[in-house]
Amino acid sequence: MSLWKIAWRSIEQRALASALTAFSMALGVALVVTVLVIHQVVDQSFRRGAQGYNLIVGAKGGRLELVLSTVYHLGRPIENIPYKYYLEFTEGRFRQSVDAAIPICMGDSYEGFPVIGTVPEMFTELQYQEGQKYEFASGGNFHPGSEYEAVAGWQAARKAGLAVGGTFRPAHGLIEKGAPAHTHRPFTIAGVLAPTGTPMDRALFVNMEGFFHLEGHLRPAAGAHPQEEPAEGEAHDHDVPISDDQKRITAILVSTKEDWLAAALAKQINEDSVAQAVMPAQEIAGLLDNIVGNIQLLLLLLAILVVVVAGIGILVSIYNSMNDRRHEIAVMRALGARRSTVMVVILLESVLLSLGGGLLGLLLGHGLIALLGPTIEGETGVIVGAWAFQWAELILIPGLIALAAIVGYLPAAVAYRTDVAKSLSG
Amino acid sequence: MLILKDVKKSFAAPTGNPLPVLEIPAFCLGDGEQMALVGRSGCGKTTLLHVIAGISRPDAGSVKLDGMDLCLMSEAECDRFRAGHIGYVFQTFNLLPGFTALENVLLGMRFAGGRTDSARAKKLLERVGVGHRLHHKPAMLSVGEQQRVAVARALANRPKLLLADEPTANVDTGHQTQVFELLRDTCWEENVALLLVTHSPELAARLPRVDQLEHFNRAMQS
Repeated sequence: MSLWKIAWRSIEQRALASALTAFSMALGVALVVTVLVIHQVVDQSFRRGAQGYNLIVGAKGGRLELVLSTVYHLGRPIENIPYKYYLEFTEGRFRQSVDAAIPICMGDSYEGFPVIGTVPEMFTELQYQEGQKYEFASGGNFHPGSEYEAVAGWQAARKAGLAVGGTFRPAHGLIEKGAPAHTHRPFTIAGVLAPTGTPMDRALFVNMEGFFHLEGHLRPAAGAHPQEEPAEGEAHDHDVPISDDQKRITAILVSTKEDWLAAALAKQINEDSVAQAVMPAQEIAGLLDNIVGNIQLLLLLLAILVVVVAGIGILVSIYNSMNDRRHEIAVMRALGARRSTVMVVILLESVLLSLGGGLLGLLLGHGLIALLGPTIEGETGVIVGAWAFQWAELILIPGLIALAAIVGYLPAAVAYRTDVAKSLSG
Repeated sequence: MLILKDVKKSFAAPTGNPLPVLEIPAFCLGDGEQMALVGRSGCGKTTLLHVIAGISRPDAGSVKLDGMDLCLMSEAECDRFRAGHIGYVFQTFNLLPGFTALENVLLGMRFAGGRTDSARAKKLLERVGVGHRLHHKPAMLSVGEQQRVAVARALANRPKLLLADEPTANVDTGHQTQVFELLRDTCWEENVALLLVTHSPELAARLPRVDQLEHFNRAMQS
């Protein structure tokens, strides 16, 4: 009969107290698992969003603000930059350094999803992840000549009820449901993107030329009278030609020919008074390390604290049982068990409660993620593998054994010091 | 084979002064010998058994079993020696409640440090008449059955000496003789020396040797 079995029998004897103690440990471990998985989800969703290009060029202002508004569609865009500055990347002085430069115009929304004016090359020249090109779940890319065509991100299409051939009118402003829609011609969905697990899933992309035609999106042409722009609520009958001077864009997503060119190009752009360039990967790494990372660390510490409290619960449970068990321990000693043997039995009892609770916690944690997985996937686009264990979880096993040894030591020491003759007589 | 020489044992009285409980100049029990030890309550019978088993250390003297002096052994050595050489039957049986009858017997073997011999444990339990209760826990056994399991457990490691501390005190009158005969007969069969403490003069008289502790315990004579 092994010492494990002897320890297990002691646990069985106090089934209810043991089960409750193990369950409190399970809750603590489930919390740790959940925090670890949320950490992974947040980390992945942030890092994934900023892939496929290595520079963002936008108006001067907050660097992080530019990244958050451009990549994650969070907050308001800083300001606009002249369209002509974009031409520097396609035809001008920066042309030699870049592989792709994609302009984007922001500021409108539909049913709470951002509407982004861009060019068809967004989906052909950029990748949403290393080696992952955009694919269409249905339909296809919009055509350069079709100004009122649009592409919907997978989730935006699903939630806004848009399909190929469907139409929508963006509203001015960001993420404001019920805002009055532009009265211009509606945009027609040419294609719906396949899921990417990035913020692109939660946006609608319209042809930039069409976007420019929406009211309030152009600078008045030199010498033009304000009344040439239609009044709010009044429909356009036709599109007037637009000069490049009138066009304003929010940002340019730039993919340089070589990675090392990005820093040099950024330096050059930042010396201009027109715009600034930021490297999104760097900004995101800084955000994750300095802000998000610290919050997650705090959550993880709190979860670990719950595990430690559960460990103290094991201590209290076993320690409280020691008074009743002194006689039992004395009998074991009288049968020939050494002091060290009874001490080990108590420690094993602590380890069994801790590990048993821990394993239950792992199952609970992953079960919870399995339940929440579809919601997380729907909200963030990140596919959460409920049974994909993380390396950090492996630390839980030796960690729980160490915790069990520490909390089991006090009652084990009581068992060790049991006076056999006195306890047998008592 | 069991030889006690100049064994002294005192406990602290409430006043703080030592209260002598045992003072035994000499005592011996031969191989396979069976002896009943009688005496009034508080005369040190249980303390003597504890000292012989190595559960309590005497203040002075020596306790030799098979030529080995328990008083010279470390505590761990003494525990191991007790497990292998001495069986102990308690007045209150002291079966471990979380374990079945069979497991209680196997536990004795486990603590002796050797391999647990399930076949022998079952054979012993059958011998004491509880072969049909192997997987029952103590709470599911009658008082008589519990004491039978305790006897089987005490004999599990083929001890040289079996110490029985009033083993029939908690058994109803009808079963006292049964338990007594079981102890006596199985010790005969296994060639185990038996030192049985009892309050019953009738049962004591049925063993070849009977002595009163007060006769050789000077602490009680004074």
